[in-house]
Amino acid sequence: MSVDASVARLPSLAPTSVRSGGEPARVEAVQDFSLFVRENESGQAEMAFAIEGIDCAACIDEIEDAVEALPGIAQARLNYTSHRLTVAWKKDASAEPGAILRALAGAGYKAYPFEADRAEEMDRTTARHLLRCLGVAGFAMMNIMLLSVSVWSGNVTDITPETRDLFHWLSALIALPAAAYAGQPFFQSAIRALKARSLNMDVPITLGVMLALGVSVFETLNHAEHAYFDSAVMLLFFLLTGRYLDHAMRRRTRAEASNLAALKATSASRLAPDGSLVTVPAAAITPGDMVLVRAGERVPVDGVVVSGTASVDESLITGETLPRALAAGAPIHAGSLVHDGVLHVRTTAAGEDTFIEEIERLLDKAATARGSYVRLADRAARLYAPMVHATALLSLVGWLVAGASVHQAVLIAVAVLIITCPCALALAVPAVQVVAAGTLMRAGVLLNSGDVFERLALVDTVAFDKTGTLTVPEMMLDNARSVDPDLIDIAARLAAGSTHPLARAIAVARPGAVPPEELSEIAGAGVEGELHGIPVRLGSPDFCGCMDLAEAAAAPDASLVAVRAGERRAVLVIRQSLRPDARAVIDQLRRWGKDVIILSGDRPAAVARVAGELGVEDWRGHAMPADKIAVLEQFGAQGRRVLMVGDGVNDAPSLAAASVSISPITAADITRAHADAVFLGERLAPVAAMIAVSARARALMQQNLIIAVVYNLIAVPLAIGGYVTPLVAALAMSGSSVIVTLNALRARSCRVSTADSREAPSP
Amino acid sequence: MNVLIYLLPMALGLGLLGLLAFTWSLRSGQYEDMEGAAVRVLSDDDLDRRVERNMKDMAPR
Repeated sequence: MSVDASVARLPSLAPTSVRSGGEPARVEAVQDFSLFVRENESGQAEMAFAIEGIDCAACIDEIEDAVEALPGIAQARLNYTSHRLTVAWKKDASAEPGAILRALAGAGYKAYPFEADRAEEMDRTTARHLLRCLGVAGFAMMNIMLLSVSVWSGNVTDITPETRDLFHWLSALIALPAAAYAGQPFFQSAIRALKARSLNMDVPITLGVMLALGVSVFETLNHAEHAYFDSAVMLLFFLLTGRYLDHAMRRRTRAEASNLAALKATSASRLAPDGSLVTVPAAAITPGDMVLVRAGERVPVDGVVVSGTASVDESLITGETLPRALAAGAPIHAGSLVHDGVLHVRTTAAGEDTFIEEIERLLDKAATARGSYVRLADRAARLYAPMVHATALLSLVGWLVAGASVHQAVLIAVAVLIITCPCALALAVPAVQVVAAGTLMRAGVLLNSGDVFERLALVDTVAFDKTGTLTVPEMMLDNARSVDPDLIDIAARLAAGSTHPLARAIAVARPGAVPPEELSEIAGAGVEGELHGIPVRLGSPDFCGCMDLAEAAAAPDASLVAVRAGERRAVLVIRQSLRPDARAVIDQLRRWGKDVIILSGDRPAAVARVAGELGVEDWRGHAMPADKIAVLEQFGAQGRRVLMVGDGVNDAPSLAAASVSISPITAADITRAHADAVFLGERLAPVAAMIAVSARARALMQQNLIIAVVYNLIAVPLAIGGYVTPLVAALAMSGSSVIVTLNALRARSCRVSTADSREAPSP
Repeated sequence: MNVLIYLLPMALGLGLLGLLAFTWSLRSGQYEDMEGAAVRVLSDDDLDRRVERNMKDMAPR
């Protein structure tokens, strides 16, 4: 069947519910979400949704009640932490995700079908395993401590050797299996490292725990006064706490990231060979499928236009702000916004394959070019492990040379190993990361990677993309002040009846504008109607007879729409306006001594205007993705560390090449995937907040590492001197860990905002 | 010191009980939604039809 035939048959075939009110021309197609429905343990159909707009505890009840009121629902359970709703249908009922989306929309929440990916599922399993290990270590630690305290107090009073042996054996009975179980994460990682012929932090940990336990058993056999079972288990407990925190933070950022993916996931209108139209998630589209894209929609896939003409806004892909006309045979990319007309697109690449070849090639290059950053904790570990082993060995040899017995020397060497085991070191970085990530989340920043704080704190240059980053991605009416308000009212009423993106920019200027009853849309020109008995028009300047006015108002980065009511007429200038606090944030960055530059793919004239308005002297226009990378590489060669902030597909390679990168939530999928962090909202303030919090976080991490070093400077000489009894070891380990954790909590009180305090708080 | 004969098993037994309680709470998913648990306790419309579900899901008895 030819495509044209299917177009002709479309209105009659599309399984339909014509929306009452609004535009009668738009037909809602059948929605097919079967891709997301799965079966749960009890055999019920189950599906997950990411929910937007949850901000209070009452939302839980509202959402669950709204869904459970529907027929056929067995259970709806909202996870308040991850903002996800899991719905299970009764066995005899058929799963209808569409009904749930509608019910939630009725309750005022936007919901998006959501599919947990495999990485997240694995994370969940690991987190549970770590938590179980932590529980076992905690149980063992408490019970052994109960026995140890008895021994310690007995040693200075009147405990009999028999009772002490009993207590030590009981401790061994608890400690050995507990360590075997709870130590798994470290043992496995140490073995992996040794197999790869390298050392990591887990090697000294494993060695320390094993030796401590071995020596303790040996001592117990010889009826000695001291055994180190408590130290070994306590060590595991603190280390597991650090590891769990680290993991929990990465898991949380990943959960946020996949929520974002769900929120952003587009649906596509698939055209079946028989001409029927089905709305499916974009992920269900495969290459070769025909997709219909209407005015005002974003193209969900990469493809080739088969029929139809349209002007298309590709600013998300190239940074170019003026629309481009497309006809049959032209390639089209995911993320393009169709201004007017209807396109039939044959998919060439779908889902995660939606790449532009050039971008893909540059991304590969950028990933290898990115300077490899060694995390603070890793750097500390690389220094630490050999030092610990050397110190232990030296004290063993030293005491033997000094004439101590082998037994005594081994005991001291083990004490050194135990006391130097990096409890505080293991907590120093993750504890700060968790607290700082929480602070940022409240400021509207979601992190993609854990070590972003350390890298961000070192940044000295900030490179901004223009379109969609310094400017808000939506078009806005720019000259509202200089136009007769009455004409804007009329324009807004006419615009409310059109789907053209420029019309939407006008309609939002007067929320609640009602389109006139008589309204006809003239393709490629505008809309026409009658208001209060006067003929009114909205559309291209030519259509409204405003060419003279348009020539006067012409600007390189603006789209012009004319409005005419009788003899009165005006030209409306529509452009992407600057984010409201862009100037304030950039001034703030400069006060902090950062260089600010603008790298844009848009025409130089358009970039110059924005740069002038922001007072940025260093800017490049018409920068291709390769040019942007070249600039970043040049900075890299000068030893500068660059933070790149961008949103377009054309920014993705430079985001990957910069030493740190941030993108707004509205960015293209591939761009967000390569950003280290994503910020929400219309303001630029989160970028400044990130830099402030990161500087603070890095300072705290360094403080914590210093605390750990100071602790070692005090404890190691004691251990070498042979003064470390199990009691001293226990006090030292828990003391340093608590200090480090408390210090990390200070990242919570970091003052975040720059411009926020002056503005009204966001809802 | 004969008191140890029942005191020690009792102490260890209690500890073990705590561990079992923890693993049970872990397995029943109580650590999946920490913030939700904190605010759900405030909602009071769970007295009728939700009693059964809540007992299964979250309330430790």
